[in-house]
Amino acid sequence: MDTNKNGYTLIYATVMVIVVAMMLAFVSGALKSTQDKNVRLDKKKQILSSLWINTDGQDADALYKKYIVKELVINSKAEVLSEKPGEAFDIDIKKELSKKLEDRRLPIYVANVDGKTKYIITLLGTGLWGPIWGYLALDADKNTIFGTYFSHASETPGLGANITEAPFQQQFVGKHILNDKYEFVSVAVLKAGQTTKTQEKVDAISGGTITSKGVEKMLLTCLGQYDQFFKQTTSGGTN
Amino acid sequence: MAKLFSEKTKQVFLGPLSKNNPIAVQVLGICSALAVSANLKPALVMGISVTVIVAFSNVIISLLRNTIPNRIRIIVQLVVVAALVTVVSEFLKAYAYDVSVKLSVYIGLIITNCILMGRLEAFAMANKPWESFVDGLGNGFGYAVILIVVGFFRELFGAGSLLGFRIIPQSFYDAGYMNNGLMMMPPMALIILACIIWWHRSKNKELQE
Repeated sequence: MDTNKNGYTLIYATVMVIVVAMMLAFVSGALKSTQDKNVRLDKKKQILSSLWINTDGQDADALYKKYIVKELVINSKAEVLSEKPGEAFDIDIKKELSKKLEDRRLPIYVANVDGKTKYIITLLGTGLWGPIWGYLALDADKNTIFGTYFSHASETPGLGANITEAPFQQQFVGKHILNDKYEFVSVAVLKAGQTTKTQEKVDAISGGTITSKGVEKMLLTCLGQYDQFFKQTTSGGTN
Repeated sequence: MAKLFSEKTKQVFLGPLSKNNPIAVQVLGICSALAVSANLKPALVMGISVTVIVAFSNVIISLLRNTIPNRIRIIVQLVVVAALVTVVSEFLKAYAYDVSVKLSVYIGLIITNCILMGRLEAFAMANKPWESFVDGLGNGFGYAVILIVVGFFRELFGAGSLLGFRIIPQSFYDAGYMNNGLMMMPPMALIILACIIWWHRSKNKELQE
């Protein structure tokens, strides 16, 4: 058969596109519900990870129920809008960030780790190639960082992608997000050796400058929404 | 079995590991070699992923080779590779979510890897499925070897560790030793790669131009 005829080429292309499209649509449709379940379970794992709870090979659902005692929805004035379980969990933080600050519904997860209260705040920002996100757990003083979890969609492996690694995240532990006057200042992510007078700092990643800056900006914007919530605190920073 | 591993097939497999190496000699897949070789682990994962995908897309294209219209063959190859990668990534998301999160960006990077298009065009379009499969494996391993060597040096001197484990002892650092930050930058991958090609060509005189 002459495979160079226009008609053959046209039919070949059409059939190929239809077959491949149907195959992909079928695979995607058939696996959608399993994938969604995984995404929800993974979110719980991420939240627990900010509390340094290792969920490897364990039932993350059960652990989540055990540690997360309350899911709050608050507004920027720190008024509680809802305490219904699941409501904070289903908030799409991306949508909220596009609204005006007064209209935003902000999720807070209240955890109980060994009898101590922790507050977990959702983070979303932009790295070099795509979105970065994470969770940040604060001690009961709403000031000292207890733990962090960062993840990303497509940062450069070995460079920017190192924000997901423990050495970077552990730097945040014990840092304060408020200054002496209980004002929100966030934490700076700086090149090793640089310092800032007004904020506490962690070291950025060599070769991952834009991702590191993205983390810094994400902390500033996302934590900044909770400004009024932090004002309820009782102990200031150490700056 | 004797037929499966004829002299020609053996050459098809061993060639890409040295004298016909996809990176060092064919100079394909350089971009991803620079991007993922800052640490040893991503280099390993990328090497394995590319090996699997190039082997199987080679087989599919080889099976279709007599039906593919000449003028749209590149598009057909691209569709096969993209479809294969997408299906694998969907399955990973459903049944091995943790693995898919860890692989995240590599899966997408595989589609753009020149080695795939290069092997499909140069080998699978003209050879039988079994040879094409072996060629895919050979080229995948050839690619992985270079990635691992580059990743080894970059992680060792750039971060003082291998696969995340500390290799250079703390006493070195106390004595004033510092990690070489340049190793983490993509240009250093090019320099290491150039050194490998230099060494490789000095061993194989027939490759010199």
